[in-house]
Amino acid sequence: MTSQSHRLTSGGLIDRSTPLNFRFDGKTFSGFQGDTLASALVANGVKLVGRSFKYHRPRGILTAGSEEPNALVELRTGARREANTKATTAELYEGLEAASQNRWPSLRHDVMSVNQLFAPIFVAGFYYKTFMWPAKFWEMVYEPAIRRAAGLGRAAVAPDPDHYDKAWAHCDVVIAGSGPAGLAAALAAGRSGARVILCEEDFALGGRLLSDGGIIDGLPAADWIARTLAELGSMPDVRIMTRTTLFGVYDGGTYGAIERVNDHLPTPPEHQVRQRLWRIVAKRCVVAAGAIERPIVFAGNDTPGVMMASAMRTYVTRYAATPARRIALFTNNEDGWRTVETALAAGLQIAAVIDARPDVSPAHRSLASTNGFTVLHGSVSGVEGGKDGVRKISVSLTGGARAEVEADGLAVSGGRNPAVGLTSYHRGRPKWRNDIAAFVPDGAPPGMVAAGAANGDFGLGACLRDGFEAGAAAARDAGRIGNAGSTPVADDEAFSLTPLWHVTGKGKAFVDQQHDVTASDIELAQREGFESVEHLKRYTTLGMATDQGKTSNVAGLAIMAAVTGKSIPETGTTIYRPPYVPVAIGAFAGHHRDETFHSTRLTPSHHWAAEQGAIFVDTGLWKRAQWYPRAGEKDWLESVTREVKAVRSGVGFCDVSTLGKIDVHGPDAGVFLDRVYINTFSNLAVGKARYGLMLREDGLVYDDGTTSRLAEDHYFLTTTTAKAGLVIQHLEFCRQVLFPELDVQLTSVSDQWAQFSIAGPKTRDLLKEIVDPAEDLSNEGFPFMGAREVALRGGIKARLFRISFSGEMAFEISVPARYGEAMARNLMIAGKPFGVTPYGTEALGVMRVEKGHVAGPELSGTTTAADLGLGKMMSTKKDFIGRVMAGREALVAPDRQVVVGIKPVDKARRLRSGAHIIPKGQTPGPDNDQGYVTSVCFSPTLDQWIGLGLVERGRERIGEIVHAHDPLRGEDYDVELCNPVFYDPDGGRQRG
Amino acid sequence: MRIVCPFCGERELGEFSYLGDAKPVRPAADAGEEAVYEYVYLRDNVAGVMSENWYHGGGCRSWLKVTRNTLTHEISAVEAAAGAGARQVAK
Repeated sequence: MTSQSHRLTSGGLIDRSTPLNFRFDGKTFSGFQGDTLASALVANGVKLVGRSFKYHRPRGILTAGSEEPNALVELRTGARREANTKATTAELYEGLEAASQNRWPSLRHDVMSVNQLFAPIFVAGFYYKTFMWPAKFWEMVYEPAIRRAAGLGRAAVAPDPDHYDKAWAHCDVVIAGSGPAGLAAALAAGRSGARVILCEEDFALGGRLLSDGGIIDGLPAADWIARTLAELGSMPDVRIMTRTTLFGVYDGGTYGAIERVNDHLPTPPEHQVRQRLWRIVAKRCVVAAGAIERPIVFAGNDTPGVMMASAMRTYVTRYAATPARRIALFTNNEDGWRTVETALAAGLQIAAVIDARPDVSPAHRSLASTNGFTVLHGSVSGVEGGKDGVRKISVSLTGGARAEVEADGLAVSGGRNPAVGLTSYHRGRPKWRNDIAAFVPDGAPPGMVAAGAANGDFGLGACLRDGFEAGAAAARDAGRIGNAGSTPVADDEAFSLTPLWHVTGKGKAFVDQQHDVTASDIELAQREGFESVEHLKRYTTLGMATDQGKTSNVAGLAIMAAVTGKSIPETGTTIYRPPYVPVAIGAFAGHHRDETFHSTRLTPSHHWAAEQGAIFVDTGLWKRAQWYPRAGEKDWLESVTREVKAVRSGVGFCDVSTLGKIDVHGPDAGVFLDRVYINTFSNLAVGKARYGLMLREDGLVYDDGTTSRLAEDHYFLTTTTAKAGLVIQHLEFCRQVLFPELDVQLTSVSDQWAQFSIAGPKTRDLLKEIVDPAEDLSNEGFPFMGAREVALRGGIKARLFRISFSGEMAFEISVPARYGEAMARNLMIAGKPFGVTPYGTEALGVMRVEKGHVAGPELSGTTTAADLGLGKMMSTKKDFIGRVMAGREALVAPDRQVVVGIKPVDKARRLRSGAHIIPKGQTPGPDNDQGYVTSVCFSPTLDQWIGLGLVERGRERIGEIVHAHDPLRGEDYDVELCNPVFYDPDGGRQRG
Repeated sequence: MRIVCPFCGERELGEFSYLGDAKPVRPAADAGEEAVYEYVYLRDNVAGVMSENWYHGGGCRSWLKVTRNTLTHEISAVEAAAGAGARQVAK
């Protein structure tokens, strides 16, 4: 283990009583509770942290926050390995393991750093220029090679073992950021009585106060934070969420936030989630997200040891870790000088200050002479150094002379860019403010306001005032009018800045360090005509990395402005889009993965079926019993064949509760059904059922099912399983929007009734054991298509329908859903003497194909009623949904593909759905494709494969031999077109 | 996005489904094919304020007429379809 060679002996917001061991690239280090991975690396004197994306240049740590472009690591190992994690925001924990990225075989000896030698071909747009020919080389050679050479971290290959949660929160005021403006806003809003949620992405509250301190209300910043948090803590309606980034704003005052609940631990505690995605609904939002210090672009500005001046202060003050021992500062503004004061106070040496401004204040001059460093007027034009850090800094002095400064660290301050992301996410464009040479919010989505540094007010006093006012106003707007009390007071620091973006010099000068975009790439883009900022972004990939250009975008615009001779505001910004920080897809998915990807619906008899060993099939959200295998059966076909034979020769039953069920009540119920079905229901007798077909308004078939009339003003309508939800939506539309004059009500009762189909010649024998003996089930007392309520033995009321999907003598029986399982068990017991056999959806499907009934494959959204052979059902005496459009020329054309039966000429041959139908003797092609096979089954009754198909003029061609062409499976064979009703065509069995 | 259902109060977008333009009126039975064709297929592509049919399937199952600005997503009015039936609850 190495000692913490760069840790100050005292100070910092770290817990020295809790040392933590961690590993970086296999080497063990130690840090303290309260460190980030970056601060712990700094404390151990580690300067080289990663290799760059394109050129494999050695890179260090540039910032101390979520804007970091360079210090990206693979955090954790195995299934929990997470690529591109910012070391600057990763909290240190005992046993943390991190690895540097994009290097091989090691960070210090990286073979691919030869990419730097080929730098001329890796310029902007190199993908488009270099790998153009031959075309197929792109997939086979170029792309794999580039993917190996360039890139960031490796994703984990195993499934994520952790859980993610999603939650809602509601409040009056949500605040992003807990710096001086955010805390002041929370104070004002909280005191006014508002329900407040304050989100802070850091694990510690205070924002810049933690690094820069200050005096507020006469108290040192740390004491003021403590007092403020105590007061906020006493307010029951103020909720403070640390480790939570407000990343997006959505319509209607909905905000997205990601809470890293347990990212600071090796693994989440049992039963806890790693992260939680919050959707926060707030009447008002105060964005106190601060401002990001921006780099100045110069040659060698990516050398490890070059760091943002404010980040350097953070490492020294907050973490008591020294990024360098002899520091030079390159600044164009007053704020940068604070790093000098911080460094001196920590006992570090200042090598020189390079100030790009014409004047330096007398106070700073005397600070320099007292502490024995020089102040150079000019700019840094180059950095000598490498993977071990900065060695020497070249300076172009104002007036043309050159100077050199020896230092092991270079702090850079180019000014501050307010964090304008959140305020701009609704396509807002920030406006330019000359006095701070930065973009500031120009309006914001409804209900949102920026305050403090996020609004371009950088002074501590201004941040407090601004935040306090914004918090009070937000509370007032939300109707909370309590006394906000007095505003926290502090002095404002000077912020005099002379804009400086780019210093020309020899060597690569990086604008976007994460994507290796240089100043010369931007100049090249301009020369090649990619001047618009959106083109610039996409051509050079400036700002398109995981940091979204937080430290690079504005500098890139400024350089483009300079080469085009336009101003920066004329050049403009690209569109800002959420999320503000990367959010794991897992967090958006939450618990919706694996078996909880969607909800699962179980039929009322599910548990009984599971006991029987049923094989289940997913049908939408439903699990349905597909077949019930028995010992000794070698495959599904054997089981299904047995089930079909048992039904056709005896009796079987099947849970059909998945059908959609709707009670239609009211004096106009019949008229209503007449308008939504193609056939007539108003004339249906009470106690009878009728098959109905619905069209869409465009004339194509929508859904089918049987509807029964249980009373003069009460119909019971069924839909297909697939369309259950959509049909009630459609019917409600018809009822509420199209036909509001009708007195009718719809009630979805799909989940209220368990429904079983009981089929086979012995159905009546079985039913007599179940139904009260007083009920007449004879053909006269309960004829085919009869429907009425009956009492069961024991008194339960059931709805009994004499309808048949199988072609057998059959009933469907509905009992309240809570009796569904008992019904299945009772049918088994009562049916034992008759050899009752439960059957699944496969046998159901076989029998419907044998009987020629259409189902999902035929109700495909492209077929008309006539295509299905049901054209005669269309009433000519009334209007109904789809009537007019169904009469269009193409929908009544004589050569339409219509439902027909299909059987192989070779009886032993297996049919497959999807095979195309071609006239016999012709070579298959799109011009002679006459349709396709929609449904097939092995028919135990006919002892051969049979099918249904949609075939051009199919019904006029019964008996014709055609060709089935199945290119997918490489099969070609002859089939005969036949009557689609293979079984009991005159219907005697179902009526018997 | 959030929609204030006249029956249920302010609810989140996920409870609703969208149908489309609420302006076209279903032609009378004898209006002829051209009128029905227009009703079924022809829609204005409105950039601005538009009235739309939304279904509160995750709530009261009412069809709502929502006046929405397609450019800003601002919702200026929500009313129940004529046949929604339920009495409006006090907000």
